[in-house]
Amino acid sequence: MQVQTHVDINSEWGIVAARQAGRKLAREIGFGSVDQARITTAISELARNIYLYANQGQIKIEEVSAGGKQGMKIIASDEGPGIKDLRRVMEDGFTTSGGLGAGLPGVKRLMDDFSIESEVEQGTVITAVKWLR
Amino acid sequence: MEDMKVSMYQLYKDMLTSYLEDKSEHALYHAQQFSKQMMEQDMSPEETVSMHLSVFQDIADDLPEEVTDSFDLLLEVMIGYGLAYREHQSLRDRQQELESELNVAAHMQRTLLPNKKIEIDALDFGVVSVPAGKMSGDYYHYDIDDRGNFAVAVADVIGKGVPAAMSMSMIKYAMDTLTDKQMQPSVVLESLNRVVERNIDDDMFITMMYGVYHPDDHYFYFSSAGHEPGFFYTAKDDTFVSLEAKGLVLGVSPKVRYEEQKLKLDPGDFVVFLSDGVTESRVNGEFIEREQIVDMIRERLHMDSQEIVNEIYEQLEKAQEFQLRDDFTLMILRRKV
Ligand SMILES: Nc1ncnc2c1ncn2[C@@H]1O[C@H](COP(=O)(O)OP(=O)(O)OP(=O)(O)O)[C@@H](O)[C@H]1O
Ligand SMILES: [Mg+2]
Repeated sequence: MQVQTHVDINSEWGIVAARQAGRKLAREIGFGSVDQARITTAISELARNIYLYANQGQIKIEEVSAGGKQGMKIIASDEGPGIKDLRRVMEDGFTTSGGLGAGLPGVKRLMDDFSIESEVEQGTVITAVKWLR
Repeated sequence: MEDMKVSMYQLYKDMLTSYLEDKSEHALYHAQQFSKQMMEQDMSPEETVSMHLSVFQDIADDLPEEVTDSFDLLLEVMIGYGLAYREHQSLRDRQQELESELNVAAHMQRTLLPNKKIEIDALDFGVVSVPAGKMSGDYYHYDIDDRGNFAVAVADVIGKGVPAAMSMSMIKYAMDTLTDKQMQPSVVLESLNRVVERNIDDDMFITMMYGVYHPDDHYFYFSSAGHEPGFFYTAKDDTFVSLEAKGLVLGVSPKVRYEEQKLKLDPGDFVVFLSDGVTESRVNGEFIEREQIVDMIRERLHMDSQEIVNEIYEQLEKAQEFQLRDDFTLMILRRKV
């Protein structure tokens, strides 16, 4: 059975807990220190968005394997307001932090696979995978 | 790619070893050059930090644990810089794309301007038109109609850059649909006004000066739609007067009448059309006076029209340290004989 962890996000403590769980699993899977830090940053950004925009939600992390590759999957889900204009949100330079490279485009860059589903007033589910090289 | 990383690792290790041995500036210089190589190979800041630690652990035995641990913090911070760096790269690519799109558009725009030679013996004609950016909000036109009359026009969109340039092409197409019978300045401006009024935003205006020279009787007719006045030079008295005619800017109201003026051009007389990019040139931080433009022309009366406009442009460009603030168009039409 592959490892799977849930962390509830409803405070900054939740963000830290998600980071911690993510780093631990990344290390166990065998990611190097740079990738560990990248995965953790991605989790951090996703968890912060949940906390800031949806108030609460969940980060699920799990080990995955496909086609002989091993990796780690992050699923960030919430039932918050959803994201109206996905295309704009994925554009560089759109984040409120403005041109500091973080935000969702940053998460996409930090990870290998990235997908986002969002329905206004229903919620948002973001899935991202990093593969072990 | 992985081999690349391995050889980078080795290079970095050699560099660091040599630096730790003699602390020479030479090794540091080497490192500075090396950083360019790293960027070329897309090495991110976080990878660099991590490489530094690995190399360091390799060459220095028993590093204190605090030193190693402190790199966790540095790495975390560097992830952010790494992201900013990546974003910068992607924005730079995007900018290059936009730039080349703009170049294509600017080229298309230049093809809208006339470029044929004027073969009228009595006439000496010169024009210079330079955009402040890539695209121009100025437009000029000259053409000879079926009856051998010579039409000239300068237009200026209030605004700059791409939106201005797009309105400019509309003027060009609207002019193309005019027939020769309509080549009377006031009529031309009236019909262009209708097109502009219907087709552009309320907050956008176009000013224009349109004139026609009749080589058979040497009369020059002109009308203006709120455009920067030009000049009229009479050789006999050696004087310049402002070339003005009443008329509202294009696009404000659907029905506008334009006053039409006429002048007799004697040999040596000429008219000057310009855009406000000329009069709003700033020299030493101050707008130049129309009087100064007159002086610049006067100093060059012995040259032909094209030389005069070229030289004035060059002089003003230089005075503004090669940074035009507005699109610049200057045109001279002189009766030679
Ligand atoms: N889970 C979410 N629910 C609702 N809206 C969201 C969610 N995540 C992101 N958004 C919206 O998408 C926008 C972009 O998010 P992104 O994380 O890229 O940048 P940011 O949070 O504005 O700034 P920062 O760079 O600090 O992260 C946010 O401003 C927010 O409006
Ligand atoms: Mg965010």
